[in-house]
Amino acid sequence: MAILTYREALGRAMAEEMTRDPKIFLMGEEVAEYNGAYKVSKGLLDKFGPERVIDSPISEGGFAGLGVGAAMVGLRPIIEMMTWNFGIQGFDQIINHAAKMLYMSAGQFSVPIVFRGPNGAAHMLAAQHSQTVEGMLTQVPGLKVVTSCCPADGYGLLKSSIRDNNPVIFLESEMMYAMKGEVDDAEHLIPLGVGSIKREGHHVTLIAWAKMVSRAMACAEQLAQEGIECEVIDPRSLRPLDEDMIFNSVRKTHRVVIIEEAYQAASVGSFIAEQIQRFCFDELDAPVMRVSNEFVPMPYAENLEHRVLPEAERIIPVIKQVLYMD
Amino acid sequence: MRLILDRESFDDKQLIVKRGHYPMSPKGNLPGKASGNKSDGSKDSEKNMASKNSQDKAWLLKVYQDMCYYRRFEERVLQAYTKQKFAGFCHVHIGQEGLCVGVQRALRDTDYMITGYRSHTQAIAKGIPGKEVFAELYGKATGCAKGNGGSMHMFSKEKRFLGGHGIVGGQVPLAAGVGFAIKYEKKDDIIVCYLGDAAINQGQFHEALNMAATWSLPCLFIIENNRYGMGTDIKRTTSIDHLWKRALAYDMDHGQVDAMNVQKTYEAVSTIVANMRKTNRPYLLDAICYRYKGHSVSDPGLYRSKEEMAEWMMKDPIIQLGEYLKKNKMASDEELKAIDTKGKEMARADEDWADEQPIPPEEQVWQNVYAD
Repeated sequence: MAILTYREALGRAMAEEMTRDPKIFLMGEEVAEYNGAYKVSKGLLDKFGPERVIDSPISEGGFAGLGVGAAMVGLRPIIEMMTWNFGIQGFDQIINHAAKMLYMSAGQFSVPIVFRGPNGAAHMLAAQHSQTVEGMLTQVPGLKVVTSCCPADGYGLLKSSIRDNNPVIFLESEMMYAMKGEVDDAEHLIPLGVGSIKREGHHVTLIAWAKMVSRAMACAEQLAQEGIECEVIDPRSLRPLDEDMIFNSVRKTHRVVIIEEAYQAASVGSFIAEQIQRFCFDELDAPVMRVSNEFVPMPYAENLEHRVLPEAERIIPVIKQVLYMD
Repeated sequence: MRLILDRESFDDKQLIVKRGHYPMSPKGNLPGKASGNKSDGSKDSEKNMASKNSQDKAWLLKVYQDMCYYRRFEERVLQAYTKQKFAGFCHVHIGQEGLCVGVQRALRDTDYMITGYRSHTQAIAKGIPGKEVFAELYGKATGCAKGNGGSMHMFSKEKRFLGGHGIVGGQVPLAAGVGFAIKYEKKDDIIVCYLGDAAINQGQFHEALNMAATWSLPCLFIIENNRYGMGTDIKRTTSIDHLWKRALAYDMDHGQVDAMNVQKTYEAVSTIVANMRKTNRPYLLDAICYRYKGHSVSDPGLYRSKEEMAEWMMKDPIIQLGEYLKKNKMASDEELKAIDTKGKEMARADEDWADEQPIPPEEQVWQNVYAD
């Protein structure tokens, strides 16, 4: 068992997969000679050469589309978006082309491609560098959407994403790249669509993914001192979604708080809440509650950014509310 | 040698229409890149073959047959649409057959093709049976995309036809990706990427051309320059007078061809493709053509004068080749008429077949959303 950072775990996953399958290549801004804007691809150019690790021009729409075209004829591209804010430039290719190709062609052209990069707020990056895209992209049939909250999950899920025969949106986080965690030395894969129970408890279920998992864990830790046992579950992949894990936890705790770094309307959290009320209505002892970003563009000032994101001081009162402790 | 331009002879776009004059490079041959890498493939066997073919009677009669068939096919498509036998968008190629056939003849089966939403006859030319294209228009289970695609989305993996695509310019980066894959796999195939004239103003077009030129990808970008983006004259939206000039920004090989003439188109594309197979370099071809019908079925084309239309119809690709065949005593009027009649019958047979086909089963809704 090695201790790796999140970026090292992702880099290891790519290196192993590229060694296994010569059809895999990595393209993106600064991925090769600069070793990655966030050093996720560090060492890959040396290992695999400039034919397979390619610095792109700053043309997200162009190189996203290049990846889709290459995938249509048999290659397996990994396309790095320096951040998903820039990836929005490539949404035409992701939404109109990658997601729909298999269906439009009635199964003739699959698009095995991974679009990966950091998602959401980091620290004081302001409005144009702090967005999350999972809400927008889980709306699109044909895409898979994957998140991870720690090095081990990132490693196993990225490997599965690369082997998947569909376009996979793999969401990382600037705030997590330096996070350390144990990763098994032996190669292993985590299937897409299987969630993970990060902490067991019986009073209330906290549903969170990506860096909100550590927020939820911190809240659970704090509440444990008051005798409240939170169950923290991480669906990991948002499409497909591990609904069984969610429903089983609801049946156990009967109370749910969803914590997400996104806006409230038409989000992954709103979909999960709708599924819970539909399939677990009789199990609920309180309304499903959600803690989300405030519905404003991200401000720059540190105190204002903190106020917008779902932080413990906004999460804990909501947990107490569903427990009728207020 | 395009960089040294004589504005006098190049900048009057009215020339194209009023005098039927297509400005070519000063020496009259296909221009190559200014760096000296011009398309001087005249010594190549491919070029010789191209010249030979384009004067060979049997070859020309088959080309004539294809053009007649494609026109009659599109006419039947329009009639079927008018009779409300199918719905959705419907863009036909009538008038542009010379380009479609001339390009196809210059390719080999392993080459790839991708195009925009005006894709019916290009799909047939690439090898998809016309009846499967017609069935696709009808949304039938035996269409080339099983009724999932329709008029704008013809596909055949087997024939390497990578789709009609409905977002203007969206197919251009995809073509760069196919070119990337060809190079990655060290093959000498090429991809032909058709795009409309108005697509040259999309950002993705520029991004793709830059990548194709920077990385030397074997992509032949062909602008189907019929001068109108829907109802907007390209002159009103575009700062350059000749669309091949887009290539100058990327130091890309480029040229212009009179695509109303199938022989010229075939010879030009043969030369370009032969060169590309050796160099892997991309090429931007400005193919001057004209669509007789509106942008789509719902467009009566009121933005064009009758005089303009009449002028272009005098240069009709089918009439031009017919005149050539007669002048060179390769065919009589009667023989040409018989060929056209056969084209009509082929198109009718396609429609008749499509009429009889089953609609897709309901469970198809859920299939092919995700690959296994």
